[in-house]
Amino acid sequence: MSIADATSTTTDQKYEIAHLKLVPKRHVGRMIAAAIVLLVLAAIVRAFSVGQIEWSYVRDFLFAPAILDGLKSTLIMTVAAMALGIVLGVVIAIMRVSGNPVLSSIAIGYVWIFRGAPALLQLMIWFNLALIFPKMGIPGLFEFRTVDVMTSFVAAMLGLGISQGAYTSEVVRSGLLSVDSGQYEAARAIGMTQFRMLRRIVLPQAMRVMVPPIGNEVIGMVKLTSLASVIQYSEILHNAQIIYFANTRVLELLLVACFWYLVVVTLLSIGQYYIERYFGRGSKSITASM
Amino acid sequence: MTKDIIVKAVDVTKLFGPFTALDKVNLEIAKGEVCCIIGPSGSGKSTFLRCINQLEKMNSGAIWVNDELVGYRREGNNLYEISDADMARQRRRVGMVFQRFNLFPHMTALENVMEGPVQVLKEPVAEVRKRAEELLARVGLADKIGHYPSQLSGGQQQRVAIARAMCMRPDLILFDEPTSALDPELVSEVLDVMKDLAASGMTMIVVTHELGFARNVANTVAFMEAGKMVEIGPASELLTSPKSPRTAEFIKAVHS
Repeated sequence: MSIADATSTTTDQKYEIAHLKLVPKRHVGRMIAAAIVLLVLAAIVRAFSVGQIEWSYVRDFLFAPAILDGLKSTLIMTVAAMALGIVLGVVIAIMRVSGNPVLSSIAIGYVWIFRGAPALLQLMIWFNLALIFPKMGIPGLFEFRTVDVMTSFVAAMLGLGISQGAYTSEVVRSGLLSVDSGQYEAARAIGMTQFRMLRRIVLPQAMRVMVPPIGNEVIGMVKLTSLASVIQYSEILHNAQIIYFANTRVLELLLVACFWYLVVVTLLSIGQYYIERYFGRGSKSITASM
Repeated sequence: MTKDIIVKAVDVTKLFGPFTALDKVNLEIAKGEVCCIIGPSGSGKSTFLRCINQLEKMNSGAIWVNDELVGYRREGNNLYEISDADMARQRRRVGMVFQRFNLFPHMTALENVMEGPVQVLKEPVAEVRKRAEELLARVGLADKIGHYPSQLSGGQQQRVAIARAMCMRPDLILFDEPTSALDPELVSEVLDVMKDLAASGMTMIVVTHELGFARNVANTVAFMEAGKMVEIGPASELLTSPKSPRTAEFIKAVHS
């Protein structure tokens, strides 16, 4: 006390500011940047509104039967190619971690080829397979003409699904690796067989890691199906093209297709949120918010 | 072999590459017996424990649990490795409690305890639920049955893990350093549960550094060093007047 008393009164005044109001610093740079971005955005919106777009065409074709049929085909192709991709991805990932050198080498080679070659090119190879294999099948058992089987739907599904499998296998593998080895031991210790352990203990935990990237890939697949328009598969972009070849309203029809892609992707994003919440049960970030 | 021998290990040897983790280890545990295995880190205690329920494969030697050869089937002069399903069946009778608990994080405490009996033993759910609730109450967690492992302390998680092992109604339970990963103030709550379990007649093999627990609860204590079983004896004898100078040194070092 005596030391505090001995210090000058100016020190006491110095500490009296503790009750003053705190004024946060102004980020002038950020405010200017925001203003510029808003201006640019307004200019773009204005350009579209005064540009030579007949919005009535966009409105009229939004629910046209050909567009809705195309949308349906897009969704069917997304589901088919993604299902093939996930099945192949799981198989390839399990081969990769199997410990058998032949299986894991084949898995590595698969990922190398089908992740390396462009998806569009793969689609075209499948579609044109009849050029090198006019007939396919097992000799003496059954045989068919390749052109009969390799429709644009089958070619697109194989091309998109097989290349997707290469990506998905890496997602599945990272999911499997993310599960702690203690979980495998605890599952074995209560007498689980390999298969039950995978189904009850390992995959539910791996899913938590796998769902965000797979959701990402499903959304990617919705848009990737537009490649199938090149091999005459009548998905939404292909049908929009057919319409604008006839009425020359190119941009209007492209905007219609764009609108539907955004609708589908939005719905999928919402679905992903709920799937993530389900598989995240028991983890800290989720329980904290409950 | 007499009827009430639960575990018999003969010349168990385990190599990790050039390193000999277990060197002809022998052990015999009777029904209802509590055996503590003590020894310095890296002496092979945990490896031996893991050999008993085949989480580790031995290089030579043999282990019998309840008079059944573990991991192999004899045909003529060969021992054939048994199938995945047979191995799983053998493990059902041996409970295990891990150092790092290893509860299933995507299941609640109750679901963790019920998982084995329901999924593996195929017992009726209602019956298992009743038993699991009783077990969780017995380990002092009646109010935590709906909690996920991430919402429980280390000591609580380990008590759930013990209940999970008990709910399988095993012939014996293996404890692999059950208190080593716990904060000091949480150790006693887990040891109390183990003490209660021992008093109820459960056969237990406990790898531990808790010499106090060994002295108060164990019937026999085994001292291992450098992969060898140095000395086995009644707890009171081995801990107070060990025959081997190495055992004496170790006990002195832990106490100081």
